[in-house]
Amino acid sequence: MSERVKSPTSRLKTALADAIIAAYVAFALFCLTLGVKTVDSPRGLNLMPRPGLLAIAVGSVFLGRLLLGLFWWNRSWRLPRLPWRPTWPIPAVGRYGKQYGGALLVAAAVLFPILAFGIEKTLHVGIPLRYLFDLSILVLTYVMLGFGLNIVVGLAGLLDLGYVAFYAVGAYTFALLAATFGWSFWMCLPFAGLLAALWGVVLGFPVLRLRGDYLAIVTLAFGEIVRIVLLNWTRVTNGPNGISDIPKPTFFGLPFAATGPETFASFFGLRYDPLHAIIFLYYVILGLALITSLVTIRLRRLPIGRAWEAMREDEIACRSLGINTTVAKLTAFATGALFGGFAGSFFATRQGFISPESFTFMESAIILAIVVLGGMGSQIGVVLSAIVMVGGFELLRNMQWLKLVFGQDFDPSLYRMLLFGLAMVGIMLWRPRGIISSRQPSIVLDERRGAGAPLLKQGRA
Amino acid sequence: MAYFLQQLINGIALGSIYGLIAIGYTMVYGIIGMINFAHGDIFMVGAFIALIAFLALLSFGVTLIPLALVLVLIIAMLFTAVWGWTVERIAYRPLRESFRLAPLITAIGMSIVLQNFIQVAQGARVKPLQPVVTGGYQLFVQDGFIVNLSNIQILIVVTTVALMGVFWLLITRTALGRAQRACEQDRLMAALSGVNVDRTISLTFVMGAALAAVAGLLYLLYYGVIDFFIGFVAGIKAFTAAVFGGIGSLPGAMLGGLVIGLIETFWSAYFSIEYKDVAAFAMLAVVLIFFPTGLLGRPEVEKV
Repeated sequence: MSERVKSPTSRLKTALADAIIAAYVAFALFCLTLGVKTVDSPRGLNLMPRPGLLAIAVGSVFLGRLLLGLFWWNRSWRLPRLPWRPTWPIPAVGRYGKQYGGALLVAAAVLFPILAFGIEKTLHVGIPLRYLFDLSILVLTYVMLGFGLNIVVGLAGLLDLGYVAFYAVGAYTFALLAATFGWSFWMCLPFAGLLAALWGVVLGFPVLRLRGDYLAIVTLAFGEIVRIVLLNWTRVTNGPNGISDIPKPTFFGLPFAATGPETFASFFGLRYDPLHAIIFLYYVILGLALITSLVTIRLRRLPIGRAWEAMREDEIACRSLGINTTVAKLTAFATGALFGGFAGSFFATRQGFISPESFTFMESAIILAIVVLGGMGSQIGVVLSAIVMVGGFELLRNMQWLKLVFGQDFDPSLYRMLLFGLAMVGIMLWRPRGIISSRQPSIVLDERRGAGAPLLKQGRA
Repeated sequence: MAYFLQQLINGIALGSIYGLIAIGYTMVYGIIGMINFAHGDIFMVGAFIALIAFLALLSFGVTLIPLALVLVLIIAMLFTAVWGWTVERIAYRPLRESFRLAPLITAIGMSIVLQNFIQVAQGARVKPLQPVVTGGYQLFVQDGFIVNLSNIQILIVVTTVALMGVFWLLITRTALGRAQRACEQDRLMAALSGVNVDRTISLTFVMGAALAAVAGLLYLLYYGVIDFFIGFVAGIKAFTAAVFGGIGSLPGAMLGGLVIGLIETFWSAYFSIEYKDVAAFAMLAVVLIFFPTGLLGRPEVEKV
């Protein structure tokens, strides 16, 4: 507070001192990691100093910190007060968002491929349809996974770091059933989901007594175990080579093929277009995601959903009220896993190829990040953050223009994950409770309890 | 018997490295109750700093190996500590009063950042180092099987035991250790009694990172090859070790590290090397069923 009163010169002094310290720290950080590069040589590793790069890095930290200190942290002006409560990013949505936001989003998602396809086919404006649909399918897959994990983490409050295991179980169940028995996607889908749910219960049993971070590490371990088994059980899973030639889903028995006795195109009298299959896949995953969302919304109103939320808020109180937390935990794991299994099957049929590579811890981390960044328990939040994270990640792929700035040797794709990580940290710092924070229980007594200090500290109030 | 003894020696050496990393997890968990997911990557950064410092010292003409190692140890501890401090300052401190999952997500984000920063700055290729500490002792020969105790294994165990001793004294005897234990019990009350909580937490991260740097150096010397991805696996193992021993407990972390190291080594020696991680993780799950707070962890009594 007192810094606001300071004269400009002393403000400059503080900012300068601060920036110099920051520069020192940056120098310590970067001098051995960035300032020197290890290069292979015939006689082992050699060092190649890069003083220029180091100077740029330290200099930009110094300058950035100085500018922040001068113009941002000690600013005497304020940002204009926002006329709306910033729980929603867009004001108009804030007003009507709760009522119509979801419906609008669903309508947009349903109409989008038809519109894009129709516009492109009639006007030929050059929309990269294939790419657009692939990207949307990818985003929707993550939305679906996010919805599924949301049941476990957002509703039941069980921190699951191995969600990808159920995704993998679903994918492999479908791939193996299809490969051995030649079953179609639609026949395998329920089996994949049920088997994943079964695994959810199997995982749930040993961790019933565990709390918080103990639970987190066991679920993480479970995810790794599943991946390692898939990798090494070569006889069944074909190990690191994965399973290929997984069949595509059919439209009520009509395959999407260019030729054949009865295909989707010939049945409806359309000209064959490879995009039909992709649009169909889009609607399949959209349908699956909507089912997940709908089930979650309905479950929240059922006794079991209430039990989950009660368990999230306070497990001891929940047990004292006679709620069977064992059942609540197991059903939460099983339901979450079920949808993970569905998503896994879809992933397998879309890719046509799966290998343990696709089911690393990083996937679990990304799905968890989508749930938490979206605001735990919020469905629209999950959608928004899936779009931001996955879509943004894809945008980073197209940073070829950076080559014009940094020269032809510059490879933007190297920086993709780096920026992704920074964005994850940045969004979390910007909105610690998620993009849309709605962690309110679905049902509360009229009289809200007072927000005491300990509750505030835990972020519960 | 001879084979068993050899595996025991190997397991203890590996377990010591896990233990050193696990201490960083357990101290941070004890004091602010969060999983510092980036800790494994701090270990990786420490290994890289040690590698570069070692090469730099060689090129400056420091060829006396013991002197070079001591210097590398000090440099790696110092510079890695700065990384630990910075990660806490940027990613965790602003979220300290936030809800529990927020710092977990920034920690995962920081882990991605560190990994990819090193990948971008140093390249994705593995970095080999010629054997620095060579030689060893042949303990005995049985049925033609020679039981070796190499100098590097002795170095690992001695360094670990010495550092454990120093840190044990630091935590139980000094004002800083007292402040840390106070923050662990009740941060608000500690602050009211005049403990600088922010500084204490920062120093915890600094200490954890310094120990991770030592582990990084030992790993580099033991295996002779590092890359930007070693932090992930080692981090998960070390975290498993910390949970195994009872998270928040310093001797527990060391014990957990040893147990995980031994399980892994024996499983690879007697059963299959592919499933050594499965063995370690399965063991973790089994132990947690019977000891839900780890081997040496205090059960958390929740008063309502």
